[in-house]
Amino acid sequence: MKKFALVAVSALATVAVSTAHAQEVRVYNWSDYIDESLLEKFTEETGIKITYDLFDSNEVLEAKLLAGGSGYDVVVPSASFLARQIQAGVFQQLDQSQLPNNVHLWDTIKKATASSDPGNAYSVNYMWGTTGIGVNVDMVAERLGDDYGSSWDLVFDVDKISKLADCGVHILDAPTEVIPAAMNYLGLDPTSQEPDDIAAGGELLESIRPYVTKFHSSEYIDALANGEICLALGWSGDVFIALYEADDADNGVTIEYVVPDEGALMWFDQMAVPSDAENVAEAHAFINFMMDPQNIADATNYVYYANGNLTSQPLLEEDVIGDPAIYPPEETQESLYVLAPYPPRIQRVVTRTWTRVVTGS
Amino acid sequence: MMSAVRGLTRRLPILIPFFWLLVFFLTPFFIVLQISFAEFQYGQPPYVPNFRKVEGVGDFFNQLQMMTLYSYEILLSDNLYWKAFLSSLRIAAVATFFALLIGYPLAYAMSRAPRSWQPILLMAVILPFWTSYLIRIYAWKAILQKNGFLNNVLMELSVITEPLTLLSTPFAVYLGIIYTYLPFMVLPVYSSLEKIDPSYNEAARDLGASGLTAFWRVTVPLSLPGVIAGCFLVFIPAMGEWVIPDLLGGSGTLMIGKQLATELFNNNDWPVAAAVAVCMIMVLIVPIVIFQRAQESDQRRRQEEG
Repeated sequence: MKKFALVAVSALATVAVSTAHAQEVRVYNWSDYIDESLLEKFTEETGIKITYDLFDSNEVLEAKLLAGGSGYDVVVPSASFLARQIQAGVFQQLDQSQLPNNVHLWDTIKKATASSDPGNAYSVNYMWGTTGIGVNVDMVAERLGDDYGSSWDLVFDVDKISKLADCGVHILDAPTEVIPAAMNYLGLDPTSQEPDDIAAGGELLESIRPYVTKFHSSEYIDALANGEICLALGWSGDVFIALYEADDADNGVTIEYVVPDEGALMWFDQMAVPSDAENVAEAHAFINFMMDPQNIADATNYVYYANGNLTSQPLLEEDVIGDPAIYPPEETQESLYVLAPYPPRIQRVVTRTWTRVVTGS
Repeated sequence: MMSAVRGLTRRLPILIPFFWLLVFFLTPFFIVLQISFAEFQYGQPPYVPNFRKVEGVGDFFNQLQMMTLYSYEILLSDNLYWKAFLSSLRIAAVATFFALLIGYPLAYAMSRAPRSWQPILLMAVILPFWTSYLIRIYAWKAILQKNGFLNNVLMELSVITEPLTLLSTPFAVYLGIIYTYLPFMVLPVYSSLEKIDPSYNEAARDLGASGLTAFWRVTVPLSLPGVIAGCFLVFIPAMGEWVIPDLLGGSGTLMIGKQLATELFNNNDWPVAAAVAVCMIMVLIVPIVIFQRAQESDQRRRQEEG
């Protein structure tokens, strides 16, 4: 018995030693956000083993980062969250010499992300998109007429959304994106951090709550695709995933993504390396791999989110680069807004408002 | 000298559980308590560390002064937390009631089954634990959803014509909690039922009690310790439940465990989250401990009288 135990211990020790030497990288990214064959390609090319985990909210990621010791080497927060996380000392500066592919980056996007990460010292854009509306074309036309339009009315006009309640409505469980959208609809500045403005947005959301089936940030993809819901306030690429899923299933469901006329949030998801990452060189290797024009083009072709890589654009499929809902033309871009991070005191107001919206108390 | 050693060896069996309590309950509790008095900061960690090594009396008072009741003020200034607490209390109480309603007959049937069957039946109750509880809750999602297993079967049997909305309802939350914690009710009830000497029942019957009376006046009182243990084992974790309402419930399901998670994940406010935890322990565990002590002394008195 004792001998067996000894064998077991030495076996464990060998395993521990060998894993310490094998190169590996642990990546924490959003769900439905990559063509997973790229991960295999990465390991084939670099010999680095990859662990790839998923989350579906900035809040969950932030909680892990602030607690420390997350164990991840690359994480992908949105720029507005990244900004305050940099200040909290969560991230380390990137070593640009290990990122030769940075010559492919797109200046327009770099300029936009520099407002959250000055000089792009801590992060590289992974993908970007808008927060708009996913529509089941036939179900909504049946209830609101063929010209249901492309306005936020679809979500925030009680008259309209109440007619859609019976076919199902999902809204992102993302307080820092949905409340500004409501404020924007009311004609308020969506980037305002005044508690009164936030409360006004919250009241508007409370008024439509009876018609919302669920507040959730990832279930709406499948729900839209299989016709379980007819409207979703969601992220651009996710709606496109639903669109093509329904197309492939040939189930008679037609989906459309709408960037509302009144303007929408434009967000940027940034690859960054936590300060306590164990595999820093491997993290850079992964980020550099994702900055390769062909790789990021494959990812964009797969998930329908625009990327921040200029050289990748000729490699994109025509219906991706040519779709104004994925790569908005400049005149649409003018109506889009970008959010700044909330200080903790205002964050509490936003969270409290959100709890009132979703639970009614 | 010898007597001291003997005293120690005699006390050892009592010391082990106390050591357990110290390491796995009191220490984490004091860490949580300390965080609840800390000041919030946006950073790593998300609170201002307020316990260093104490250097002298002055330093001790200095550190004491750094403590703040701010987190508790937040809890008191907003009735959300009370509402969430009461809602949890109600959900946990209802779930415990139904777990008892289903679990007791189950345990009774098990204890009455032929001896050779009992290990197999016991195994059957424990078997679900071999699958992760998270996976089993996800399985319920698949069963309850609109085009899920249950709706399909009911439609096939023409019981219903339109699929029912079962997921994201309070019903689904109750179902999930009862399903998950049922074994915690069955096992202690079974163990106390199984210990009852069948001759007690026979004696009651010989003395003219009907089967039902014998069950009600003899079996049930004798199984009461198991029932109480089972109720606590279901009620306490159900009270703090977060995963089940999150996965099976709708957005409107208000529970204190969910609220605590919101403080951690959305506000990153560890001090308030810790204060919620401390209040839960104070309001829940303390009355339970008092109740159990009363129960014990009651039993002791009866034994002395008997």
